[in-house]
Amino acid sequence: MSAPGTDPSATMTSGKEVLKRIEYSGEMLVNMGPQHPSTHGVINFLVQTDGEEMTRAIPEVGYLHRSIEKIGERCEYAGFMPYTDRVDYIAAMFANQGWAMACERLFAIEVPKRAEYCRVIACELNRIASHLISVGTMAMDVGAVTPFPYALREREFINDLLEELCGARLTYNYLRIGGVAFDLPDGYSERVLRFVDHFEKVLVEFDRLITQNRIFVERLRGLGVISRALAIDHCLVGPNLRASGVDWDLRRDLPYSAYPDFEFAVPVGTGAVGKTGDAWDRFWVRTREMQESCRIVRQALQKLPEGPVMAKVPRRLKAPEGTDAFSRIESARGDMQYYVVAGPGEMAHRLKIRTGSFNAMGIIEKLSRGIMLADLVALIASLDVVAPEIDR
Amino acid sequence: MSAAATAISLSLSTIAKTSNPRSPEQLVDGLLRARGIEASSPLSTLAMVAALLAIAFIVVNCAAIAAGIFSWLERRIAARMQSRVGPNRVGPAGFFQWIADAVKLLLKEDLIPEGANVHLFRAAPYFMMVGFACTFVALPFSHALIAADLGVGVFYLLAVTAFVVVGVLASGWSSNSKWSLFGSIRSAAQIVSYEIPAGMALLVPVLLAGTLSTQGIIRAQGGWPWQWFVFHDPAALAAFFIYFISALAEGNRAPFDLPEAESELVAGYNTEYSGMRFSYFFLVEWGNMWVMSALATSVFLGGWQLPGLDAARFDALTGGAAIGLEIVSLALFALKTMSLVFVIMWLRWTLPRLRVDQLMSLCWKYLVPVSFAGALFVAGWMLVVRAAPVLDLLMRGALTALGALVVTLFVRRTLSNVRDVGDRLDVRGNW
Repeated sequence: MSAPGTDPSATMTSGKEVLKRIEYSGEMLVNMGPQHPSTHGVINFLVQTDGEEMTRAIPEVGYLHRSIEKIGERCEYAGFMPYTDRVDYIAAMFANQGWAMACERLFAIEVPKRAEYCRVIACELNRIASHLISVGTMAMDVGAVTPFPYALREREFINDLLEELCGARLTYNYLRIGGVAFDLPDGYSERVLRFVDHFEKVLVEFDRLITQNRIFVERLRGLGVISRALAIDHCLVGPNLRASGVDWDLRRDLPYSAYPDFEFAVPVGTGAVGKTGDAWDRFWVRTREMQESCRIVRQALQKLPEGPVMAKVPRRLKAPEGTDAFSRIESARGDMQYYVVAGPGEMAHRLKIRTGSFNAMGIIEKLSRGIMLADLVALIASLDVVAPEIDR
Repeated sequence: MSAAATAISLSLSTIAKTSNPRSPEQLVDGLLRARGIEASSPLSTLAMVAALLAIAFIVVNCAAIAAGIFSWLERRIAARMQSRVGPNRVGPAGFFQWIADAVKLLLKEDLIPEGANVHLFRAAPYFMMVGFACTFVALPFSHALIAADLGVGVFYLLAVTAFVVVGVLASGWSSNSKWSLFGSIRSAAQIVSYEIPAGMALLVPVLLAGTLSTQGIIRAQGGWPWQWFVFHDPAALAAFFIYFISALAEGNRAPFDLPEAESELVAGYNTEYSGMRFSYFFLVEWGNMWVMSALATSVFLGGWQLPGLDAARFDALTGGAAIGLEIVSLALFALKTMSLVFVIMWLRWTLPRLRVDQLMSLCWKYLVPVSFAGALFVAGWMLVVRAAPVLDLLMRGALTALGALVVTLFVRRTLSNVRDVGDRLDVRGNW
């Protein structure tokens, strides 16, 4: 198990070995999960603990593995789109977009400008919805129950808007290779703007209720500090990376879709209440990102160009065998990557999806040493891991 | 509350005749004497036992029904706070939800997990229930309504409240579940620690009144806010808050609900329970809200004292006036207590939870030293005001004014928030 020259306990991952080790140590091994209210899906944590203080927590992933990548190699390019919804059902629009972009690069399809704008609007609304779940459940894991229904209430409005757009409230299947399935309905801009106006006020309320709450800050300050170097070492992405002080956002630094047309800030953790990269910073970065998403949605609605929402796409999508394409997008959970190699027929030969949550799971064991049991729950929540995205 | 109404109807008829019944014994004694039965006869002993059993029955049911109603009330209040509707199907505004829940829980299977310590597992909820029901013996409801005005009232209340911890520990340990064990160990540490500041804070009104009896402490106060012990001096004000915080912690209420922290421990010490035994734990939790609020009301907020009517004149009243004012004093006591209960619910649905080390440091580093210093300060202050009584008046006046100022500022803030929210505020809809 262990590489030479390293502390064997640092790389140990098997539950059986842990059991053997702690047999005589007087410590306790508790299974936190796979059915536990705070693991955010079907994940198991082997918690080695001495009373309230933990020695470590070892994440066990794989309970939600559905072989989505393999399915991608057994169905046609366009037919795989609904499956991508299930990669990350909290933020399905991004998983759609990653696949659409990878295929568009594979088949050299130019997406119309209006379709790109529709994608940005849908994705940013979805980002707000996803972050609302994240901050709401994080508050709930720290014991504040009320912010969660508030967050879900706002998310319902977004679900209504997205349902109007594509007919679905969770697994949208809105994007198509070469554009989007439907144009914005009549009067959509006004309804989205009304929501954004309302939501920006709610964010202020939300900050007053929980973000600046003394007990909440005390619980999260200095918890699970991920330094800049550690974050880069563990390949963290998205809000988790930015909270550690790394100013990196694909929407700005490797621009794609229509993002170069918009002005927005990239919030970066500053350690306002504790150390840079602590759990509070991760929470705070998400609340600020919701604000920025509102700005982007406003600009996109303002600049929305006329035109078609679908490119001319051949009926049979086929690329020379062995050609490959790669796409990176900034999902709600960070850098999401699709790598696809074309197969002989109308199916991919190989598909690989890289998601943020999987890497975030890797850092939990390191951060969990010596913290309290209650802190583990807050730590998992602060990394915003989503079980289906870990396992795929 | 409805049980309190039953209790009052039982004793009202006698209150009209015997002007000042201080205890059930005196009450029954008075009744028997009125019928010409001497205290020495065996019939009298039998009647006394029967009466005490009846009172015990009323008290236990009163506690249970209060807890049941609170379960409905809390769910409705929480729902309003969270922009939800809450239970609104069973009866008017969903009021009978608690009865429906109780019936459901009674009919559920009483599961005992494999490997559990069966006898302890079965007994644990009763420990909780007994500790909780015993508190109602010494809790006043109004001027005359109290099961037994014990001479050691406050001491007794503290003692039987601590009994709950036995049930918590027993349930957690006997469940043979690590999560339950976590919950019960947390709870034991928490309850034992917070008993110290709670006890020291209660010492302040005891010092001021010179008695441990709950009715005695209420009688030492008055009806107007400046006559309450909470506004007597700064240490008493601090003691009120310390008692309130400690009571929250002892009752396992948020932000101190670590023993049943559902996001960490699934459900805490009662994880493995089901059916009726499970409902006992919740009965105790909700009922404890009344207990802690009623005690705080009695010793700090003037209890049932009516403004402008001192206790001695109240005692002297007979007939219709006595009955009428008795009901008013009961209503006033209930109003004060319910306000505190509402604050407890409000805190629960607003605040995050403390971590176990923060909980302990709050208790041992802040509450315990402050409560000890407060008790000393009050002792000194009593000597000072004995020498210069005008200081007493000034201090009470200043603190009451401060309290009024805080309330005014709070109301203004609330109104300005309501204005900010504008048409998103919906108080009347969706009941």
